Amino acid sequence: MLNRREFVRELLLDRKDLLVVSGLGSPTYDVAACGDHPLNFYLWGAMGGAAMIGLGLALAQPGRRVLVLTGDGEALMGLGSLATIGVKQPGNLVIVVLDNQHYGETGMQPSHTRAGVDLVAVARACRFTDGLYVSEIGAAGRVRDLVHNGGGPILVQARIASDDAPRVLPNRDGHAIKLRFMEALSAIC
Amino acid sequence: MDDRTKSALHWPDAIHAQFRRVGIRQVGYVPDAGHSRLIELCVGDPNIHDVVLTTEQEGVGLVAGAALGGQRAALLMQSSGIGNCINMFSLLKNCGFPCLILITMRGEFAEFNPWQVPMGSITEASLKLCGFLTCRVDEPNDVEDTVGGGCDMAFNGNLPVAILLSQRLIGRKQWN
Repeated sequence: MLNRREFVRELLLDRKDLLVVSGLGSPTYDVAACGDHPLNFYLWGAMGGAAMIGLGLALAQPGRRVLVLTGDGEALMGLGSLATIGVKQPGNLVIVVLDNQHYGETGMQPSHTRAGVDLVAVARACRFTDGLYVSEIGAAGRVRDLVHNGGGPILVQARIASDDAPRVLPNRDGHAIKLRFMEALSAIC
Repeated sequence: MDDRTKSALHWPDAIHAQFRRVGIRQVGYVPDAGHSRLIELCVGDPNIHDVVLTTEQEGVGLVAGAALGGQRAALLMQSSGIGNCINMFSLLKNCGFPCLILITMRGEFAEFNPWQVPMGSITEASLKLCGFLTCRVDEPNDVEDTVGGGCDMAFNGNLPVAILLSQRLIGRKQWN
């Protein structure tokens, strides 16, 4: 199984101007732990919305790669959005689900993936062009390559260990996170 | 055809013209009879990404992502869809994203289906609690001006704006 921090660090290595949306809870802390970046849009709420924010962003910025990094609980709450993304077929959107099979923020209750609900199969059924499971750190380079060069839409279900990592808390002011992201994006457009 | 009849038939075209005027590039919607003409216009517009949603709450995320990427977006839904969005609206307030929603009302004038009434009767109050500016349109001739004004307020001020298109405007749903 993957260590979440090590895997996310590998994924964001040499990220260039990758646009990153992080789902609330631990994925937001994981992304922040790799080093703050103005092209990170950290979610602290809006559970179930990360993939759709990724879609709106991917449609608006077809020339750039968009990575949504989220948890299994957050992805499950927005399961219908995988169907919506499958209809639009954004070629620049990759969703990586950090799957510890539990709701970490609320006391580690088991999630649907714990019972075997298969997000990669759901994504494939929703017309994602690629979907894969990873559970070994050796696969991180391949996932990083998909994030940057793999087309889309792609969903990666990354099986991470369920142990807790120290919290690394980025800014919680949504206006500030948004404005910084938009300014950084317009500077490179 | 007199002017009144003409505008009654063409209010969706007037809304689409406002979308073009303010440069709306993404439109999220759940299929809806009242919005059917406007949806057709958006689907046929090469400048608009039409995004068919499985539930209205997905549209709130879409609007936020579009804004982050520098595009303007609008949502089309029935009044019942507002109930599906409530928690996701927190994204708009927390980050100050603009949001324009055009809502076809159910559960009011001449409603055939009583199951539409509970949500239809609290739609406007719910929107206000969520921080939306709301504006109701009953007359076809008022659509263009009201929607135009709503667009300007939403996108000039990063505000959430909802236009309620009344059931009297849309007309009775035909059941036979």
